[in-house]
Amino acid sequence: MSGGIEGSGGIEVRGLGVMLGEREVLADVGLSVGCGEWLTIIGPNGAGKSTLLRAMAGLIACTGEVLVDGVRARRLRPRPRARLIAYAPQNPLLPPDMSVYDYALLGRTPYIPYLGRESARDREVTESVLERLDLTGFASRRLGHLSGGERQRVVLARALTQQAPVLLLDEPTTALDLGHQQQVLELVDRLRLADRLTVVTTLHDLNLAGQYADTLVLLAPGRAVASGPPKQVLTEPLLARHFGAHVRVEPGADGRPLVHLTRPEER
Amino acid sequence: MTLLRSRGLALLVAAAVLAVCLALGLLTGAAGISPRGIALALLDRLPFVSVDPGLTPAEQGILFQLRVPRVLIAAMVGGLLAIAGAGYQGVFRNPLADPYLLGAAAGAGLTVTLVVVFLGGRVGVIAVPVAAFSGAIGGVLLAYALGRSAGRGGGGVGGGAGGGAATLVLAGVAVTSFLTAIQTFVQQLKVEELQRIYAWILGDVGGGWEDVWMIAPYALVSTVVLLLHGRLLDVLSVGEEEAVSLGLHAARARMIVLLAASLATASAVAVGGLIAFVGIVVPHVVRRLAGWSYRIVLPVSFVGGAAFLVLADLIARSVLAPAELPIGVVTAFVGAPFFVMVLRMSRAVNT
Repeated sequence: MSGGIEGSGGIEVRGLGVMLGEREVLADVGLSVGCGEWLTIIGPNGAGKSTLLRAMAGLIACTGEVLVDGVRARRLRPRPRARLIAYAPQNPLLPPDMSVYDYALLGRTPYIPYLGRESARDREVTESVLERLDLTGFASRRLGHLSGGERQRVVLARALTQQAPVLLLDEPTTALDLGHQQQVLELVDRLRLADRLTVVTTLHDLNLAGQYADTLVLLAPGRAVASGPPKQVLTEPLLARHFGAHVRVEPGADGRPLVHLTRPEER
Repeated sequence: MTLLRSRGLALLVAAAVLAVCLALGLLTGAAGISPRGIALALLDRLPFVSVDPGLTPAEQGILFQLRVPRVLIAAMVGGLLAIAGAGYQGVFRNPLADPYLLGAAAGAGLTVTLVVVFLGGRVGVIAVPVAAFSGAIGGVLLAYALGRSAGRGGGGVGGGAGGGAATLVLAGVAVTSFLTAIQTFVQQLKVEELQRIYAWILGDVGGGWEDVWMIAPYALVSTVVLLLHGRLLDVLSVGEEEAVSLGLHAARARMIVLLAASLATASAVAVGGLIAFVGIVVPHVVRRLAGWSYRIVLPVSFVGGAAFLVLADLIARSVLAPAELPIGVVTAFVGAPFFVMVLRMSRAVNT
């Protein structure tokens, strides 16, 4: 029952729907990402981007199917699911007194028996992840004493220690300045290429989305209204219709589209 | 690793403090038994050791029928309240959560009042711990049932379990007011028993061996279960939804900790009455001194809580000797200002 996806970590979402109370937040959303690819979900505020990510992570009730390598992720129990899918929320809760090392070590939870404790292997994995993210010097630093960019890297470290083939990142550049946004996304891209991770992010910055993603999915109130490579989705008519934005889109040096805001003409 | 090393050190320090408090608790009393005699008498009780403590039979009786069980009960009640407090604080991710939060105190208050008013006399005295225990458990179950039904009615899935925890606390408040109202009504029926009711409410650890044996099994089970869940409470500290994404069956883990903490609270209430502040102050101090991890906070709170209550009992029976202060008055009197001081200190460190 594979959806025609090769390798490990390919995702296919079919007919996904989410009701919050009486309100239908997502309806019949479908998408598919190949192993090692980067898919970014864009859309106006309230379109359901975060909800889609949370539904894919199995954190909220939904209808439809989420297949990871053809396995129905929603049918899995939390532990095996956490070995397949790592999820980092937009505003992760970072206990201020916890150390960076102990926080990253939490990513090993799906490998530790219910009443067991961390093994030497769990510590090794954690240490090597911290080293890869240049966080070794921060290992004993408390989470409450980190800057915004460091926090994002630490959250990423926790997701990576999970050693899951799929990485779901909800707005990984929230509250970061331009340079740190670039650093974090470059880092994600490097890790993706090195480990053949499948990356699904939400991003509200359309230029960043266009620069990094292989595939974009445009959500507009609860439905996937467009999907495909960036230049097919980041078009002036689609952005005007779904974001209500006056924009000019032109191809950048590498052929990826660049979105420029323009002032309305009646001015 | 550092976590385990600091846990070992913290436990060692706490155990040393507890040992000193236990010794003080055994040595102090109206009868003025010689410390040497007490030490020898205790040694004599050890297997394969036989020494003559040189105590009169009356002194032996005071030591083994009054002081030893009293100190043991104080230690057990203090340890249980402190570890239950730490457990609740982990489940609700709120350092001010309290062992009496979910209606345990009100439930026990009501059942004890019912027993004192309607049974009275000798039967009443024997039935008090049983009534307190079942009342505390009943109060928690009632709060839990109410919280579940209220949670199902509104909200929806999106609120997740964070909303569930808040609903549960609110249900606890509702149950507490309701049960307290009934309790007040019942105690008005027999005003002459007010003193006995209040004596219980303000706490007392002056029971005998039968009290020790009655709560020992529950104390053991709840403490072991809580201690086993230290790592899981650490995982839960990043929030329920993230804990689920990390592969933890968060709702189940939370429920187990909640039940174990409630059982610990009920055991403590059954023999000690309502002793305030231990469950908040002790874990808070432990967290300040020994670290954030529940793998440290739970065991060190248990030992620290035991030491704290033995000391509080010592104060309660010596300040006004030969009269006794209710122990709950002592813990509140010591605990409240101490709590404020800790809060001020922690703010000074942070800024």
